[in-house]
Amino acid sequence: MNRTMDILFHNITRFFALFVLIVLIALFFVLFSEAKPAIDAFGLQFVTNSKWAPNMDIFGGYPAIYGSIVSTVIAMIIATPVAVGIAIFLSELAPPWLAATVGMAIELLAAIPSIIYGMWGLFYLAPLLRDIWGGNGLGLATAGVVLSIMILPFMAAITRDAMKTTPSILKESAYGMGATRWEVLKDVVIPYVKSGIIGSIILALGRAIGETMAVTFVMGNAHKIPNSIFKPATSIPVTLANEFTEADTDLYYSSLFYLALILLIISFTVIAIAKFWFLRNLQEQKI
Amino acid sequence: MTLQNRRILINKTVMVLSTAAAIGGIIFLFWILAVLLFKGFAALNFDIFMYDMAPPGREPSGLRNALVGQLMLVVGASAIGVPAGVLAGTYLSEYGGKKSRLARFIRDISDIMMSTPSIVIGAFVYAVLVAPFGHFSGWAGIAALAIMMIPIVLRTTDDMLQLVPGSLREAAIALGAPKYKVIIQVVYRGAKTGMLTGILLSIARIAGETAPLLFTSFSNNFYSTDLNQPIASLTVTMYNYATSPYEEWIDQGWAAALILALFVLGANIIGRIIIRKREGEH
Repeated sequence: MNRTMDILFHNITRFFALFVLIVLIALFFVLFSEAKPAIDAFGLQFVTNSKWAPNMDIFGGYPAIYGSIVSTVIAMIIATPVAVGIAIFLSELAPPWLAATVGMAIELLAAIPSIIYGMWGLFYLAPLLRDIWGGNGLGLATAGVVLSIMILPFMAAITRDAMKTTPSILKESAYGMGATRWEVLKDVVIPYVKSGIIGSIILALGRAIGETMAVTFVMGNAHKIPNSIFKPATSIPVTLANEFTEADTDLYYSSLFYLALILLIISFTVIAIAKFWFLRNLQEQKI
Repeated sequence: MTLQNRRILINKTVMVLSTAAAIGGIIFLFWILAVLLFKGFAALNFDIFMYDMAPPGREPSGLRNALVGQLMLVVGASAIGVPAGVLAGTYLSEYGGKKSRLARFIRDISDIMMSTPSIVIGAFVYAVLVAPFGHFSGWAGIAALAIMMIPIVLRTTDDMLQLVPGSLREAAIALGAPKYKVIIQVVYRGAKTGMLTGILLSIARIAGETAPLLFTSFSNNFYSTDLNQPIASLTVTMYNYATSPYEEWIDQGWAAALILALFVLGANIIGRIIIRKREGEH
């Protein structure tokens, strides 16, 4: 009786563990098979073709791919220095009570649903940027700013956690030699946690590139390569969110799955690099 | 300038810059929080909980159907995601162990799954559960959220079970208890608080997801508890309302945002209090 139960329990748990693997394989397989007609029709040129004309059944993914990459790059350029600054402030400068309070606030902000960042971007940031930059306030730059603010808490929190792993004895020895705080940071802390910080940044990048709700409102949804980052554009998640329920032809539908497959491959690669290259030796980060 | 002065100057500059970064970043984040609280509380009233969504201009209108739909989706996803994640995590920690290659592989896969763009999961569920049936449904929304939830629960369960000292397991085994009983009655009990916290946080995490619901559970203007039909959710309603041109819909969108944020933050704060309490006991 006990033996049967033992075998049964073992196999049930194993089934659910394998289930995760099955879902991932099914994810790739289903996206690929749904995208197959578009892959057959456009091949790899889909990636470089910038014409997206549903009325003519011509689909090119370049504007969406371009928009995803550019908005993410803008977000990383803004968020990385600020997040590292916050992490330095929290781990090295702030008195413990302040570091604890601000650290807690930042962790809580990381939990706020991304659609709220999107609504704020649409109703507050876009009008502000419209006044500063002109245009209608929608575009890659606005999307990049919203994304940067959305990933900031996450990035700051894991960078701070990475910095905290430096053994204090190393820092104390450097201080003992008369080093300034900056010198300790530059020559002791950062070299020690370098791969952890890079890993956190790439992980945040992986999050930003697949983000939908924070950017759909402010991207402007125009299927072309904008001649300026202040002009309306689109990205892969934004295209999916806006057009999925409108796809009326098979090729249209299939092209959207092609985009989804490309996004999955990009994010899979980015996260795999972050995890296996940089964060291998670090304590697992809690998300 | 002497070398020492220069070193001190560089040091001060960097420290001022990073303090400024912290202040700047925090100002932006608090700006968002302030907008959310201000707009949300201004739009919040009893009608929101009493009445269903209505066309703009029609009074009274509320978000009752979206609240009920949201609750059903989250409860449904948790009913599938929590047991599946806990059992899978149990396998990794108790049968796989640290050395097993399969267990390590599944851990890595779950980490990747956790960061998979949620809209891609929505598209996947659309292809599997919506397109073949020809209509959006609450079940499809539940499936999408559960798929996002399983890897999160799996990883926390795995971590929490590994914190239970091996000597406890050995003591139970020495008494002749079969392994499944050791796991259920000893290991789970030892890891109870940690697992509960992890589950709470994973519920909070999926409750705020919009993208996977856009084309799975879709939305519904009417009160419905039928999971075979499209069902309204707070998040999709926020999306639809925020992009609408109607003032009162936009305001209700902020009310929905506030309700959602209070739920998510509340769950996070409770989770933290539980963790702190447990740490205090040791």
